[in-house]
Amino acid sequence: MEKFTNFSAVVAPMDRPNVDTDAIIPKQYLKSIKRSGFGPNLFDDWRYLDPGAPGIDNSQRRVDPDFVLNQAPYDQAQILLARENFGCGSSREHAVWALADFGFKVVIAPSFADIFFNNSFKSGLLPIVLDSAEVDQLFSEVYADPGYQLGIDLEQQLVITAAGNQLGFEIDEFRKYCLLHGLDDIGLTLQHAEDIRAFEQQYYQQSPWLK
Amino acid sequence: MQVKQASINGDNMAGLTLYDKVWQQHVVREESDGTALLYIDRHLVHEVTSPQAFEGLQLNQRPLWRKQSILAVPDHNVPTTDRSQGISDPVSRLQVETLDENCDSFGLTEFKMHDRRQGIVHVIGPEQGATLPGMTVVCGDSHTSTHGAFAALAFGIGTSEVEHVMATQCLIQNKSKNMRVTVQGSVGKGVTAKDIVLAIIGEIGTAGGTGYAIEFAGEAIRNLSMEGRMTVCNMTIEAGARAGMIACDQTTIDYIEGRPYAPAAEYWQQAVDYWQTLHSDDDAVFDREVVIDAAAIEPQVTWGTSPEMVIPVNARVPDPAGESDQVKASGMQKALQYMGLEANTAINQIPVDRVFIGSCTNSRIEDLRAAADIARGRQVADNVKQALVVPGSGLVKAQAEQEGLDQVFLQAGFEWREPGCSMCLAMNADRLEAGERCASTSNRNFEGRQGQGGRTHLVSPAMAAAAAVFGHFTDIRQLD
Ligand code: SF4
Repeated sequence: MEKFTNFSAVVAPMDRPNVDTDAIIPKQYLKSIKRSGFGPNLFDDWRYLDPGAPGIDNSQRRVDPDFVLNQAPYDQAQILLARENFGCGSSREHAVWALADFGFKVVIAPSFADIFFNNSFKSGLLPIVLDSAEVDQLFSEVYADPGYQLGIDLEQQLVITAAGNQLGFEIDEFRKYCLLHGLDDIGLTLQHAEDIRAFEQQYYQQSPWLK
Repeated sequence: MQVKQASINGDNMAGLTLYDKVWQQHVVREESDGTALLYIDRHLVHEVTSPQAFEGLQLNQRPLWRKQSILAVPDHNVPTTDRSQGISDPVSRLQVETLDENCDSFGLTEFKMHDRRQGIVHVIGPEQGATLPGMTVVCGDSHTSTHGAFAALAFGIGTSEVEHVMATQCLIQNKSKNMRVTVQGSVGKGVTAKDIVLAIIGEIGTAGGTGYAIEFAGEAIRNLSMEGRMTVCNMTIEAGARAGMIACDQTTIDYIEGRPYAPAAEYWQQAVDYWQTLHSDDDAVFDREVVIDAAAIEPQVTWGTSPEMVIPVNARVPDPAGESDQVKASGMQKALQYMGLEANTAINQIPVDRVFIGSCTNSRIEDLRAAADIARGRQVADNVKQALVVPGSGLVKAQAEQEGLDQVFLQAGFEWREPGCSMCLAMNADRLEAGERCASTSNRNFEGRQGQGGRTHLVSPAMAAAAAVFGHFTDIRQLD
């Protein structure tokens, strides 16, 4: 995984609550056995006017000009501004892969669905929770200025507006550490292999029916 | 701060919740920030969320930590019609074949497509006795919450976590907060587990359980069969909580006894003794308590594109004009537009085009019996293009056929299919066309869930069967 570094980028507004994983990446694309290549089908049903399926050439499909990610400069956005309960629905990590593959590095929302939130970190996508009033304020600033940019400083846990306002956010130390160093957590867990073995020994003695 | 206080109390002074107990049993180590390495007992695997995990293991040359913890089955992509010719869609076929190859090469137990034990992953786990009380159960699928009906801690994970469990038998987790939903009293005639859980979601909202593990309690829950309890826990994720749990009792133990993966005879009593401790202590403290009156729950129908958009069958579709929260009102407006509905329409006047009885929520034998009771001696209405019955597993199908339910359905004009996820998410050939309206016993009414442009109304099996034979939503309490 790449290390997460500070950056500034255009913010795309996704102004609806409960954006679910079926909307983020429709089920037909889940048939892929790969981890990459989902970006062109991010928000597929909203993005294209013609139906899509794996193997269909997206460049031949009519796009919906009203959809935010089809409009400049949002087609280059790296920060998605969203509403409550973003990423609800299925456990498909494909949703995160699609957002990351499109180029998003950060999603800001007042709340996220648990599994999506958890999955995000595995692909270096940072979900940032701000309170509703802050999110409301950011939406109005984005609408007022289509090229609106935000700065993200993970080390300091700050979202920085163009006017220089700093909005703090929370993140677990462990997750922050993994993002900043681009670490794969399987390798980290395997450093505790001895602990796992010791646990098992005692556990199966106590619960022999599980062995 | 308050939350911290509660958890300190939980550890030292007050009793433990069921969730606390199962969690504590599985902590391998804890970091200073509270992150825990949690041991996983059972790992269920299906074809959609596993290929990238197997690939990751191979790329990094990592072995599987504990093969016998895994039970694999293809379910999302399998055809529900005649399977003798295999899978015709090449992309679906590749995904199922990839699972077969991975399971063969890693030496894992898999119920392949032609195995009569094949079925939806959340149906076969309990059916085989592979889900046991006190276990941690994971699967790359959000409806893993189903298995919490057995007093197990069961939750869905993403593909990276699937790989993590395969390689380490553990997950890095943060403990959730505790919520208890108590459904007091008993439900009226015709009100099922599905209606209970839809009513709960209507009450707390699709994000109401975010950050919590929910324990379902109260007389109405205790009175449910294991299958009903699975229906309730299945939809916990639709309330935002990754895990839903129900205390172990005699109903749980009776269900497990004699199943293929249940504990061997010499360990049975020891296991049962432990299982009987799997309930919240009387003095356990919950971070949030919700109490619902069972008697007030009516048969439910969703009207919108989120499971919280749910109302009783005799109610009218709500009007966004009456909603003061602007974000909510515009969400309702979008939902009405997508669903092709006018505000204030009576739900029981809405005609349906298709009916789907199946999915990990409602495809077990009791569900099929309830639907067959309504279908018996009636005919699918003329305006209904298709009414599908898709059993949850090959064993459920065999049982239903032994009871003659297949004939009841076929005579009434329903289609009787092979087991799988089917039109719950339309990854195989079973799907809605754009604009079609479906009464479905599944768990998600999201835009496009059952097919691009398709419109889903979630209901119980009996309500779905009634919609099929009357052609529109119907209050089953008015039937004899
Ligand atoms: S039946 Fe539906 S919800 Fe259940 S596992 Fe299959 S696709 Fe998922």
